[in-house]
Amino acid sequence: MANFYTDNKDLRFHLRHPAMEKIVRLKEMDYRDKEKYDYAPHDFEDAMDNYDKVLEIIGAICAEVIAPNAEDVDLEGPTVTGGHVTYARGTRENHETLTKAGVIGMNFPRQYDGLNFPMVPYVMAAELVSRADAGFANIWGLQDCGETILEFASDEIKQEFLPRFNKGATASMDLTEPDAGSDLQAVQLKAHYDEERGVWLLNGVKRFITNGDAEISLVLARSEEGTSDGRGLSLFIYDRADGGVIVRRIENKMGIKGSPTCELAFRNVPVKLIGERRLGLIKYVMSLMNGARLGVGAQSVGIAQAAYEEARKYASERKQFGKTIDQFPAVYEILTLMKVRLAAMRSLLYETARFVDTYKAWSFIAAERQLTKEERDDLKINTRLADIYTPMVKLVSSEWCNSIAYDAVQIHGGAGFIKDFPVERLYRDARITSIYEGTSQLQVVAAIRGVTTGGYLNQIREYEKRELRPELDHLKKELVSLTDDYEKRVAQVVSAGNNELTDFHARRLVEMAANIVMGYLLLDDAQRDACRTSLAELFIPLAVSENRVRSEYIDSFEEKLLGLYKIG
Amino acid sequence: MNGIKIVVLAKQVPDTRNVGPDAMKADGTVNRSVLPAIFNPEDLNALEQALRIKERYEGVTVTLLTMGPVRAAEIIREGLYRGADDGVLLTDRAFAGSDTLATSYALALAVRRLAPDLVIGGRQAIDGDTAQVGPQVAEKLGWPQVTYAEEMHFEGDKLIIRRRLERGVETVSAPLPLVVTVNGTAPACRYRNARLVMKYKYARTDTELQTESSDYIAAGRSSIRLTEWGVDAIGADREQLGLSGSPTKVKEIENIILQAKESKRLTSSDADVESLVRELLEDHTIG
Repeated sequence: MANFYTDNKDLRFHLRHPAMEKIVRLKEMDYRDKEKYDYAPHDFEDAMDNYDKVLEIIGAICAEVIAPNAEDVDLEGPTVTGGHVTYARGTRENHETLTKAGVIGMNFPRQYDGLNFPMVPYVMAAELVSRADAGFANIWGLQDCGETILEFASDEIKQEFLPRFNKGATASMDLTEPDAGSDLQAVQLKAHYDEERGVWLLNGVKRFITNGDAEISLVLARSEEGTSDGRGLSLFIYDRADGGVIVRRIENKMGIKGSPTCELAFRNVPVKLIGERRLGLIKYVMSLMNGARLGVGAQSVGIAQAAYEEARKYASERKQFGKTIDQFPAVYEILTLMKVRLAAMRSLLYETARFVDTYKAWSFIAAERQLTKEERDDLKINTRLADIYTPMVKLVSSEWCNSIAYDAVQIHGGAGFIKDFPVERLYRDARITSIYEGTSQLQVVAAIRGVTTGGYLNQIREYEKRELRPELDHLKKELVSLTDDYEKRVAQVVSAGNNELTDFHARRLVEMAANIVMGYLLLDDAQRDACRTSLAELFIPLAVSENRVRSEYIDSFEEKLLGLYKIG
Repeated sequence: MNGIKIVVLAKQVPDTRNVGPDAMKADGTVNRSVLPAIFNPEDLNALEQALRIKERYEGVTVTLLTMGPVRAAEIIREGLYRGADDGVLLTDRAFAGSDTLATSYALALAVRRLAPDLVIGGRQAIDGDTAQVGPQVAEKLGWPQVTYAEEMHFEGDKLIIRRRLERGVETVSAPLPLVVTVNGTAPACRYRNARLVMKYKYARTDTELQTESSDYIAAGRSSIRLTEWGVDAIGADREQLGLSGSPTKVKEIENIILQAKESKRLTSSDADVESLVRELLEDHTIG
């Protein structure tokens, strides 16, 4: 029986991270649900066993249903008739299978028929589904919208909408418009309050909306007449059963073809307000986007895993010059580097998920009782770390997912360019990850704060304090010297006092920090499991050479060169 | 039909689909220690049919019935994970060594005690491959039976069943009470449900509780009990059970290793395809 969870030892390894004990205790609020719900865990081991068993179900569905459907779904795609979307046959089967397995609404509280899982196992599930079919992962992953409803909507809205997820309701987040892509402050969709009917009504157009014909949609709209920036926007919830939204067309995309990308026309669409007016973009959508970015991180790791599996399999079967091609240095180097980077980005993904878990759990506890000072500090630290790690993981994993998919095609040679092998689809699917939910360039804009305020550096120095086995010392020394160099370059750029120069070098600096962070995470992994030492041994020299290139460029860069870059 | 009670017959079997060289012992019996114990595949098809009826009609209950050693309780848990309401494990030393006649005797008695309206089982088990137990249970109950079922639904109080036959399909209508055996071509069983797994993972029979040493069980985590019935619970005559109740005698067991003898490799070229067609026509395999 094929199973994407049990066939990849890395997942159980990350699930069993020592930090989970605290995360699960906080999430389960000391296991208080056990008296009330017959499926709630009694203690830490019980909870971990639940995660393991549920991931095993998802792993089986991914390998036996979703992955085998992926090729047909890619070919067939969704269609639009009468203003509504019909999914491809395989998409419907995937969704129905996962719904029956009860794995939608995984991290909602039990009172809303959720499983109350932390982010770590949820992100793992997202990774598994993405490995099976990245396009379908969007439809499944939009249960994220529930998190935003949970955090910001009224009890009435929560009660009305959240339990529907577990029964299979699909969701969408309707943000982008023709003239508001990266710049969401320009959103024009009009919301006005109809005094007579006592209801908010929406009018206008949305574009590039993933799964736009979902049963439940979160819609960003301009509720404050006469405003033109983000402070005039509010977030609304739309129930498809109420009608009014028409799908005008779906885009013909390069990849993730199973996921319908819709253009939507709103005409007097009745909706409900989420939270408070004017906070739509500046508070709620920012939270929604952070969840979505972590989701794309998981999606990228999933696609990269699939690409790596295909490449490894092909290279071990394809014979040239009398032997399988994985015996040639030119090929095994590529394969090993794919594996090493995959391990590094996965460690970064779950480290980020743990920060998110910790701060979210504290926030929920804070809604019930006052936190102690230590607890408040822990909430603050983890919120900050989640904020700076989320764009980092989105940037690194989506870019590397693309290069791993590229390498996987390369290993297939001519066969990789033909549609007969899944790697061709993976290559197309990978391409969107560094674009949507904020392009790589925008992730850098979000991450640079972590560089200039010393956020990354502080955390790196924390990693530095951790005890390691003596045989890992030489690797740590490399990272310490990389950190010193990074610190120097940051100071150099910042002290120039030229914001444009900082923006110019921003990506280089964020990537330098990311390499050091991943180096330490792989050392941590090696400390927990000696078998993983080789991953750190392979990754760290790469990080050293990659950082050196960036460091030397920054060091020798003269500000006046900036002007030359504007010619192009 | 609303409110009916369904019993699903299920068997724990060694997974004979991936047999290695050590699958049989020297004495010709199955080496159960190397083959994982699984839910008999066609019984899973049967369970799916029962669960579909449960979803479609109001107040339907699905009870899993299995006979086997203590560890066969796993089959009941598997059924609960997928949506069955409860289950009964028939377990007793007196059942050991039963052939299909003795097994169907015990199962029929248990079914009588459960008093369902409908019994659904798989067509056959992958260890014995007899396809006898379902029909024998029907005979012993004196109920009608429909075999090779693929799909079923109610029209009024009649069950309409599509049967998969060698050269096509046949649709029949049958009254309750009824025994149906389900073919492997019927829809696959749904996956385990996350919440049900978390709910039932510590459900145990009394015998399991006495023999297991898990900390959770000791800590009283196992609050759900699975029903276990022995010979007395179903009022069976011991003479008709186990070896004494089993007229089937195994005279000899032979290990057969299939070999590719006189095999030919053909390419997809026109010439090869043509020569194959000609050969098959000549020896009247086709035409």
